[in-house]
Amino acid sequence: MNFNTLRKSIPQIITIILFVSVIAYFWSNTYSNMEYYGMEFGYDFLKKAASFDIQFSLIEYDGSSPYYRAYFVGLLNTILVSVLGIFFATLIGLIIGISRLSKNYLVSKLAEVYIELFRNIPLLLQLFFWYFAVLRALPLPENAINFGDAIYVTIKGIYVPKFLWSNFNYFISSFIAAIIAGFIVFSYAKKQRENFGKHIPAFFISLGILVVFASSGFIFGLVDLEFEYPEIYNLSETVFNFRGGVTIIPELLSLLFALSLYTSTFIAENVRAGILGVGKGQKEAASSLGFTPGLTLRLVVLPQALRIIIPPTTNQYLNLTKNSSLAAAIAYPDLVLVFAGTALNQTGRAIEIITITMATYLTLSILISIFMNWYNRRIAIKEK
Amino acid sequence: MIKSLKKFSIFLASVALLVGLQSEAFAAKKSRTLSKTIKQDYVKCGVSQGLPGFSNADAAGNWTGVDVDVCRAVAAAVLGDSGKVKFSPLTAKERFTALSSGEVDILSRNTTWTLSRDADLNLTFVGVNFYDGQGFMVRKSSGITSTNGFKNGISVCTNTGTTTELNMRDFFNSKKISYEPVAFEKADEVVQAYDAGRCDTYTTDKSGLAAQRTKMKNPDEHIVLPETISKEPLGPAVRHGDQVWEDIVRWSLFAMIEAEEYGITSANADSLKTSENPQIKRLVGSEGELGTLLGLGNDWSLNIIKQVGNYGESYKRNIADTGILPDRGPNNLWTKGGLLYVAPAR
Repeated sequence: MNFNTLRKSIPQIITIILFVSVIAYFWSNTYSNMEYYGMEFGYDFLKKAASFDIQFSLIEYDGSSPYYRAYFVGLLNTILVSVLGIFFATLIGLIIGISRLSKNYLVSKLAEVYIELFRNIPLLLQLFFWYFAVLRALPLPENAINFGDAIYVTIKGIYVPKFLWSNFNYFISSFIAAIIAGFIVFSYAKKQRENFGKHIPAFFISLGILVVFASSGFIFGLVDLEFEYPEIYNLSETVFNFRGGVTIIPELLSLLFALSLYTSTFIAENVRAGILGVGKGQKEAASSLGFTPGLTLRLVVLPQALRIIIPPTTNQYLNLTKNSSLAAAIAYPDLVLVFAGTALNQTGRAIEIITITMATYLTLSILISIFMNWYNRRIAIKEK
Repeated sequence: MIKSLKKFSIFLASVALLVGLQSEAFAAKKSRTLSKTIKQDYVKCGVSQGLPGFSNADAAGNWTGVDVDVCRAVAAAVLGDSGKVKFSPLTAKERFTALSSGEVDILSRNTTWTLSRDADLNLTFVGVNFYDGQGFMVRKSSGITSTNGFKNGISVCTNTGTTTELNMRDFFNSKKISYEPVAFEKADEVVQAYDAGRCDTYTTDKSGLAAQRTKMKNPDEHIVLPETISKEPLGPAVRHGDQVWEDIVRWSLFAMIEAEEYGITSANADSLKTSENPQIKRLVGSEGELGTLLGLGNDWSLNIIKQVGNYGESYKRNIADTGILPDRGPNNLWTKGGLLYVAPAR
């Protein structure tokens, strides 16, 4: 090792030493403070019974379950609202983004107003608006807004019919089989198109397969679908509730509204940037080939625009997932409210619980970005 | 001879130094919290975010309530001025971390004394300043007059992270009724949700129900059901590890209660310095050295009684006269049929 390499590596060595000493300082400071205050450190508390119930859970849970099960309930609720939020935000964002570029003055102006409105108001205020102003103003069960005696909208939640399958496994396997068949049809059609220029209506064929497979269960009488309708009942002489069916609590709904509408504005701007970023020549070439504007958008512009849209949209997905923690402000039992809220308060183990929660959000975000980066690489144009 | 004299004088000097140091060390009561409080000249008190009767700030920022009075009593005892308190409004979620991390030195926030909190959360309850129990509130128009009228599917509004959540579960489990818990962080959000009709019933300590009812749109529309489903002994708490501070807070509370027992009020405290009763004289500081034992001046209890009043005065001022709970119920002296029986200050 000559003098030059040594000289270059000295700043690195100093940085490493500084970094390690800062970490060591914080570690020992925390340790000595916890000892001074007599606080314990350990993860055994996760096995103790939680002793509290949770309003909404996707898995079996009651108060006698251990804290780690409460953690999973919170985690699943967070994932639920994040996945639904990402789906709706993308859908709305795509539509609004494309509308923003419409030649129709009214359509593009409306899109602009929508974007400016929902982008510039803080998310927490929007959340409060949906929960306290809108969903709180819904009627009591006895005066529920009624859609065909099947869907009821009340202040206590939205009640929809429950699907009661008699042979769900058969239906699900036929559904999956149809999807696999669809993939086969699509790749066959692609090969035919690339090698022989023959056009096969792959989409309609796979749709037909799906319909046939899915209804086969019903036709042969193997699968039966019934609905459990929500019905109103007396809690007391003057108080009514609904039972049966599926309850969508207003907390989940308002969080979903707020997250989707807020994030969709950013995605809309990303979409607009992506579409504008595709060279004008592409559109002109497409129209000279006889493509309608709709086809141009779908087959020529959007696939190229996606490369510009996806990286900032990944950011927005991560933001949405993290913003879902605002659920604590409106009683939606997500990870923060259930675990870093109730469990933290009952056990007092602040440091352990907060580190677990932070690690969880970190993992969720990393998983989302890994998946989006993979997708981005897949649709990148390969230089031949 | 000179050599041994020198040695001897060195020996004498070191003995004197040692004795001097030791008496210096033994003279002051070793308490980090006490010396910190004296140095900063105020008491750091953790209270609620606004519960009428217990800890509530008015528009000008003046705090009143029975929990507030406990902290004021400690300030009067330690610093001689009951106004030298800094109040930190805490949510149910952050209150214990605030205490154990040193953000506050007393948690006087209508907190229930339970085994798990005492043993697991690194704090000590110094006593009970309010005996309470958990109850339910419903609208009069609902027609429900007792918890026996609760049916499956009832929605219950409550605060998250409190004993209320746990007791609620125990109660409904024992009655085998399925319920929907809607748990908010802030008490105001809970009240608003119940008031708007999101929940069929609101549950918390009965004193809290009475206090929060005053904040509702139509207080007369709501009733508190007669059943009490749990014991809720509410009291102030301090951190583990500082016994001297713990004693000071405990005996400040006890002094207030014992003063009422002996009829000492803020008005007559001075005149009772020449009383015939030695216990009264001890409580007003004209006899005995109780203050020194605690590490305070001997006028510690006199200051409490004169500046804050005895327990009865505090209760009357904050809870009875404001219409929240005119009847003292269990929060009366043992000589009058209540549960307030504290160890004697002697």
